[in-house]
Amino acid sequence: MEAPKKSTRGQLRAELGATLGFVERNFYLSKRYLGWEVVFLFYTIVNTLTIALIGVTAPGQAGEKVLYLVIGALLWGFLSIIFHDVSESVAWERWEGTIEYTFMAPIHRLTHLGGMCIYAIIYGILRSVIVLAVVALFFDLDLGGANLLGALAVLMMSSISFIGLGLMAAVLPLLSAERGAQATHILQGFILLVSGVYYEVSVLPRWLQPISVISPATYTLRGVRAALLEGVPLGELVPCLAILAATGVILIPAGLAVFAWGENYAMRAGKLKRSG
Amino acid sequence: MSGNGVPAAAATAVRKTFREKDETLAYLPEYRGLAGRWKYARLRPKDIRAVNDVSFEVRRGEIFGILGPNGSGKSTLIRLVATLLLPDAGRVTVFGMDVVKERRAVRHLINRVSVEAAFFKKLSALENLRYAARLYGLPPREGTEHALVILERLGFDRRKAFGSLENLSRGMQQKVAVARALFTSPVLLLLDEPTTGLDPRSKREVQEFVLEVRATHDTTVILTSHDMAEADRLCDRLAFIDEGRFVTEGRPAVLKEEYCRLRPDGATLEDIFLDVTGKHLIAEGDD
Ligand SMILES: Nc1ncnc2c1ncn2[C@@H]1O[C@H](COP(=O)(O)OP(=O)(O)O)[C@@H](O)[C@H]1O
Ligand SMILES: [Mg+2]
Repeated sequence: MEAPKKSTRGQLRAELGATLGFVERNFYLSKRYLGWEVVFLFYTIVNTLTIALIGVTAPGQAGEKVLYLVIGALLWGFLSIIFHDVSESVAWERWEGTIEYTFMAPIHRLTHLGGMCIYAIIYGILRSVIVLAVVALFFDLDLGGANLLGALAVLMMSSISFIGLGLMAAVLPLLSAERGAQATHILQGFILLVSGVYYEVSVLPRWLQPISVISPATYTLRGVRAALLEGVPLGELVPCLAILAATGVILIPAGLAVFAWGENYAMRAGKLKRSG
Repeated sequence: MSGNGVPAAAATAVRKTFREKDETLAYLPEYRGLAGRWKYARLRPKDIRAVNDVSFEVRRGEIFGILGPNGSGKSTLIRLVATLLLPDAGRVTVFGMDVVKERRAVRHLINRVSVEAAFFKKLSALENLRYAARLYGLPPREGTEHALVILERLGFDRRKAFGSLENLSRGMQQKVAVARALFTSPVLLLLDEPTTGLDPRSKREVQEFVLEVRATHDTTVILTSHDMAEADRLCDRLAFIDEGRFVTEGRPAVLKEEYCRLRPDGATLEDIFLDVTGKHLIAEGDD
């Protein structure tokens, strides 16, 4: 008896199908929790609006300040979703009790995590577009001189590095169910603090400022703001794009390696599931 | 097919030890207070020998039963075969393939039903099955249709497959779990107490289906249970496990016959179970 021999193409098709399986499953879950989706969306919109309103009080260039804050809120929303969805992919399944069945499936771990990332990006973009559309109804956002393409390039590049961060964090719930999920929240809060989401990094206490240098969100915000507020051309965004790309290129393989190590540890120590 | 001599599943001298602190200690007076907490934090975890030097061979097409009380190591053994735990020592193979080194190939051949029906409870049976179909590379529509046919065979009303799983009884959920394990056509099926907690009718339906699958498909089954009637009915061969060790092994009829000699009034599998897993071991060859 041998494993059913599949051609490389057949195998690739099966892995792609499984990737789709994760996207579809998460879509079904969102559908079932639609009430919560609407509530969270409402909260995010209100949150974005209240932050934008702070900008209105700014003396002089209120319009620019509003846009500055809206960019911060939108980007933070988007990056949080990616980080959160990817890092919670294990925690959620442990909580549901399905983790062993997902891990036992004859697929590559890359397929599993890739599917989770693709869904997170689609979901994050959808939510951000809705929030932006509503915010645009309230404020007259002036994007006349903005370099939209440049902003989009920065955003795509930073998704990659945030996927890497999410993969690193996803391993924590494998090691310890509750502690892991707690740790990912602390990490997320820390990134929010140091990355200059609503203010320039320079207003942080001096001893905190060096830490902002290692957060990919710092570069994302800087790049997108430069593109949208100052209309900086793509060429001048290259250093920022390069930093984000390099972070992704380092973090994604590192994240996968850490995850593989964590999976092995969980299988050795019996951390996946013990009852049933 | 080739390789008829290769056992469907085999274990040689497999061990699995978990290390864990005895959490009940935290409630003792001496571990209360700040100093007590510190002392508790420094306690060394205890070794739990869940599977201790177990060897077996399951022939192709056989239904092999593992019987033992709660906490005797049945689920741990199943997880070792299911590529969900790494053995500390020894080797487990499925159709000659090592479950550690050839993990992915093994995963193509197996599926498992656990005591708890592990599903996304908010999703419907159909949505859960569709997800499973995609993971196993089955076309989603034909795959789920096949699963629905299995479910109907198990006395499951097709219409219930569209509603949220959390509204179904445990027995119904377990039937979905059986369908999920079988629609991927595993050649080695791991059933970990599949009928525990089911009502007598559902139990019957699942048992009959297991026998039917074995008769009509090329499927080998490893089944754990603490239900003696079930083991007698389904299993070609049995092993009794206690505290992580196999204490006795054989065909149900042969085991009963052997024990009859020790018990002139006739032995049931239940007598054997109580004897070999109780404090007074009468089986020879174990300590
Ligand atoms: N993941 C785990 N971590 C720590 N201890 C475990 C784990 N799984 C099982 N055990 C312990 O190992 C022993 C055997 O458990 P198990 O294999 O689940 O028994 P059974 O399935 O026969 O009830 C028990 O003492 C149980 O508490
Ligand atoms: Mg068990």
